[in-house]
Amino acid sequence: MTLQVRGLSFAYGAHPVLDRIGLDLRPGELCALFGPNGTGKSTLYRCILGHLRHGGTVTLDGEDLSGLRPAQVARRVSYVPQQHTNAFPFTVLDMVLMGRTPHLGGVFGPRRSDVQACERVLAQVGLAAERDQLYHTLSGGQRQLVLIARALAQDCQVLLLDEPTASLDFGNQMFVWRTVRDLARQGRAVLVCTHEPNHVLWFCDRVLALGRAGRLLADGVPSEVITTELVRTLYPTVGAVSMTGASVVAPVDVLPTQQSASG
Amino acid sequence: MTPPAPSSIPATRPTAGRGDETRCACVVSAPVSNRRRAVLLVVTAALVLVVAVVSITVGAYVIPVGDVLKVLAAKTGLTDSTNSLNASVVWDMRLTRVLLAGAVGAALACSGAAYQGTFRNPLVEPFILGVSAGAACGAGLAVMVDVPLSMQVMAFIFGMLAVWLTYTLSRVRGERPTVTLILAGVVVGSFFSAVFSLFQYAGTDEQLRRLVFWVMGGFYRATWNDVAVVVPATVIGCLLLWRFGWRLNVLSLGDDEARSLGVDPEPLRRWVIVLATALTALAVSVSGIIAWVGLLVPHAARMMVGPDHRFVIPLSATLGAVFVMACDVLARTIHTGEVPISIITSILGAPYLVYLLRTRATHLGASS
Repeated sequence: MTLQVRGLSFAYGAHPVLDRIGLDLRPGELCALFGPNGTGKSTLYRCILGHLRHGGTVTLDGEDLSGLRPAQVARRVSYVPQQHTNAFPFTVLDMVLMGRTPHLGGVFGPRRSDVQACERVLAQVGLAAERDQLYHTLSGGQRQLVLIARALAQDCQVLLLDEPTASLDFGNQMFVWRTVRDLARQGRAVLVCTHEPNHVLWFCDRVLALGRAGRLLADGVPSEVITTELVRTLYPTVGAVSMTGASVVAPVDVLPTQQSASG
Repeated sequence: MTPPAPSSIPATRPTAGRGDETRCACVVSAPVSNRRRAVLLVVTAALVLVVAVVSITVGAYVIPVGDVLKVLAAKTGLTDSTNSLNASVVWDMRLTRVLLAGAVGAALACSGAAYQGTFRNPLVEPFILGVSAGAACGAGLAVMVDVPLSMQVMAFIFGMLAVWLTYTLSRVRGERPTVTLILAGVVVGSFFSAVFSLFQYAGTDEQLRRLVFWVMGGFYRATWNDVAVVVPATVIGCLLLWRFGWRLNVLSLGDDEARSLGVDPEPLRRWVIVLATALTALAVSVSGIIAWVGLLVPHAARMMVGPDHRFVIPLSATLGAVFVMACDVLARTIHTGEVPISIITSILGAPYLVYLLRTRATHLGASS
């Protein structure tokens, strides 16, 4: 399932947010959406999902998403928000079951088969034991994984994640990234919005760099796109950056082979 | 050192622990299984019948349970004649009252639960949209001016007018964020309250007496005509709200999230608000404003079965019926005259909520 975005522009009143965005999201590919605050990453997600009206087309294998009802879109594209807490104390299983909503036929909610499907995806993100705990009492990392499990229960081939590692500790950040990478390896098209250039280099197959005024600056392999020049363009206040030289704490499996051999 | 295969799930898992910035604006209890929830529903439904029969026996003088059952059996055609005095007291005075009290309790509690889910705020009640004030204002207008419509119909129309105003005023950039919705409700509610106060200020003594009944609430005017309208309408309204239970769960996560899970928030919210407002206006139209029920009963239900609206809505209906029937028994027995039921619900309601908060609930941050 290839997600195609063509000529997507959006403005809040007279203030332009996205400027003629075009991108292809292919199955099996973990793609990063990288850029400073306020460049319209979340807005781009909302446009793709059809929450905002935009000038442009979003198609999935040739099918125009803008003509579909919310339930139809939700069977094709799932969205993983940043971990949050909500007004009501739902259990972990309840939260994941909500991912089954677009597939429910009956009136009174999920059936036993839906519960079983949710137990499977909870096991997949390593939260099988937390099934009956209250979602809002979990740690931030676990809550993020519950929301990822919910997207899996939604059973879509396209996943959009909004800063899934924001406000998580280092261990949780690595765990979430690895989980997301595995989901892409299983054949899904995954787009992850992130602020961390190193994570893009470590985990992603491709990166879209979104610059000021919502313009797409680069689209390609992270090691070629994330250059000192790009970082300087995106973050002028940072000044000069070095791509190597300083010691970096990183999981061994994400380092290029020659480095891990020497380390 | 060999890196692990990319496809394997890493052995390390995020550590278990309490959330650092957990904010959950309501009390929580330990998760309950669906089987236990269903049992609770059946038990409270049976409790509705028991409380109904018991409250028929109580009044200016006590009629034994046996006699009550005999009269009910005779009137429904199961047996033949019975003591005629008791028959009229049981059938025409107390049964109508009890049925109406039960229906009003169910309607208020159900609409409270529905509003809370729709506005993602467990502390919202029918009052927040200005519905109560609007309905009272409509009733007051019927008292003040000679209109061809009945006081009840006016209450209903003005309740719907209030919610429509709130809903329209809260529109911002094509959406209705919860904050502006609630603000608009406060504005609309205070406007209708002011108009109602003006009626009280300008009215004659006779008009004032009728307006005060509306503010205090009561069931002593219950007739079979009221019952014939309110009971079936309440049952249908509550069933329709129940039908939205699962989608209300999804909606309570927020508009964007609901939409990304395939639930279109606007039409759902519109239907739920219209149904809940109709139920509230219906209840207010026959019994006046009865405070606390719409807030308190859904809370109690949530503490018993958790936040799932598929269970909270029906349990609110049964508990609300039991609660208001019991309050009405107190209203007509603790004093020689009639005590306005709103005073009873408020005096019972406030300490009850405190009791639940202090004893039955594991509060946010506390271990469950």
